[in-house]
Amino acid sequence: MVTLELTFLLLVVGLAVGILLALGQVYGGKGLVLLSSTYEQIFRSIPALVLLFLFFFGSSFVGLNISAFLSAVLALGFRSSAYQSQIFRGAIQSISQGQMIAARSLGMSKFQAIRHIILPQALRLSLPPWSNEYSSVVKDTSLAYAVGVIELVREGRYIIVRTFEPMIIYITIAVIYFILTYAGNRSLGYLEEKLKIPGFETKSRKE
Amino acid sequence: MSVNQGITLKVENIHKTYGREKVLQGISFEVKKGETKVIIGPSGTGKSTLLRCVNRLTIPDAGRIWLDGTEITHPRTDINKVRQSIGMVFQDFNLFSHLSALDNVRIGLIKVKKMVKGEATEEAMRHLARVGLEDKAAAYPAELSGGQQQRVSIARALAMGPKLMLFDEPTSALDPELIGEVLKVMRDLAESGMTMVVVSHEMGFARSVCNEIVFIENGVIVEQGPPEVLFEDPQHQRTRQFLFKITELYGKSERK
Amino acid sequence: MNFFELTYDILPALLKGTVVTLELTACSISLGFVLGIALALGRLYGNRPISAFSSGYIQFFRGTPLLVQLFILYYGLPRYDIRLSSFVAGILGLGLNSAAYQAEYFRGAIQSISRGQMMAARAIGMSRFKTIMNIILPQALRIVIPSWSNELIYTLKYSSVAYMIAAPELMAQGKFIAAENFRYFEVFLVVAFIYLVAVLIVSRALNVVEKRVRIPGLQMAQ
Repeated sequence: MVTLELTFLLLVVGLAVGILLALGQVYGGKGLVLLSSTYEQIFRSIPALVLLFLFFFGSSFVGLNISAFLSAVLALGFRSSAYQSQIFRGAIQSISQGQMIAARSLGMSKFQAIRHIILPQALRLSLPPWSNEYSSVVKDTSLAYAVGVIELVREGRYIIVRTFEPMIIYITIAVIYFILTYAGNRSLGYLEEKLKIPGFETKSRKE
Repeated sequence: MSVNQGITLKVENIHKTYGREKVLQGISFEVKKGETKVIIGPSGTGKSTLLRCVNRLTIPDAGRIWLDGTEITHPRTDINKVRQSIGMVFQDFNLFSHLSALDNVRIGLIKVKKMVKGEATEEAMRHLARVGLEDKAAAYPAELSGGQQQRVSIARALAMGPKLMLFDEPTSALDPELIGEVLKVMRDLAESGMTMVVVSHEMGFARSVCNEIVFIENGVIVEQGPPEVLFEDPQHQRTRQFLFKITELYGKSERK
Repeated sequence: MNFFELTYDILPALLKGTVVTLELTACSISLGFVLGIALALGRLYGNRPISAFSSGYIQFFRGTPLLVQLFILYYGLPRYDIRLSSFVAGILGLGLNSAAYQAEYFRGAIQSISRGQMMAARAIGMSRFKTIMNIILPQALRIVIPSWSNELIYTLKYSSVAYMIAAPELMAQGKFIAAENFRYFEVFLVVAFIYLVAVLIVSRALNVVEKRVRIPGLQMAQ
């Protein structure tokens, strides 16, 4: 269950920060662009495990006392946001410039245009790669094991200590992860079908 | 006519079905050495399938095919050997994207015919020159026009020293202004005595070059004969209608 | 000792770990490369059982965490008297895992090559095997470079997970040092910096390779 909680929180943190980063990179000024691309570069280049340790040990280094769980949420969540931001940026950039111009010519503000015209399209386009990111996040929650979070793998270890059946337990754990990723990807695929709009690229406004 | 001598290709009673669609329903014809045959017919009537059956890229359900007396359709025939003697030119060229024009022509000589590199290069250059492209030897397919790509693909086929050349709508993917250069290469080839089977609706080419036109519809040969006869005095109403339609579309005279 | 003195002090030991990390990465990416091509070809051109095996393999390894795969190899196998050193288990785990990802990249690249080229090669008398070797793979291997670069960097980063089975790589060295001087955060900051530099160098190098072997008109469609 901790694994599911972790997954959910990581995706939420990653989604919120990721969208902001993507918008910052596409529509922001020079400073913002530089800032968000540096953020991306750093969080994508440092291994998840190292990030976990940095947040885990770093929080006490600066005098904060946060739980292992929270440091895992922050480390892996920020990491996911760097990947998600790239997904959203690509999607936003693939939507034609004309859509923005058309929205502005209707009198929408830049913010309104992003909110009502650009994002609804970009989020649809992002679904397939986002589904990959979902799988990565599910699997990466296992790394929280390293800082002592009692998630699926650590639960498994406890059982192994009692049963001495490492192979069977680990295979079972693998199967559970497989089901989690598989079911998630299936549902996201279903969602994609549901949200599909015919002739997407050239679609005119609904109604 | 019944004498087997001088017959390069003999196709006998070819059948091919895809799922429930009967694409070919008993096609038979012969091509004599040095002859050019043009196959015409509405799209979807199995012309391309027929050509592919000839070099067994598609395996016919029934029927037999001989090249120079060797039965191609015999299961024990080494098809890779046979294919070397049948050149094929495709509608969309199918040049190997990662190879220069020279390497496209040369790769078959080196990898299939096991020629040494120097010799293969000489031979390949000779064929590139034959299609007027020796100055483009180093260019990659993406750097060539459609017409040039198709000429390279003709050179690639010729380099293998084929006894028979098959052309599957060689000009229909080309812009109109590029068609002439390919047809010219094909005409020169026909005049040099190459045996050819051409699927094409270029009626100007058919009229001036080929010995016989074969009209196929719904998987059977409706009518075949010399171009003069088919154009002036077709036996079937369908032939007349079809020829009328394509001359409207493609024009009567050969494009320059 | 301030941060820079500390860095100076621990750098030699960390670089030793870095060498192991690089060895681990190189060995497992190579293993993954060979297996990945085999899996991709198996999935695309193999008969039913081979194709089903390949896609099952790919799905399983992509759907489960590397950590669990490593634990299976390192802690699971000894139950059946198969004992691997942590380094070997690391290579095997990372390699088998990477193979699944690489297979998908190869498959995408192969599928982006037109079927017509396969037909044209067969038409000049090339066998299927020769066509794959001379026409399909040379193109696929070029087309795959950008996504393959990502996979290499991914493997470089994920080799850190081998620390959890006690492979003596960069992470493990860091932990070892930190356990002695208790300056965990600073040590891992240096570790992070080393990974950052390694990733930057590798991606730059791969960009150069990509430019070198580029052929006009040969890119992944889309």
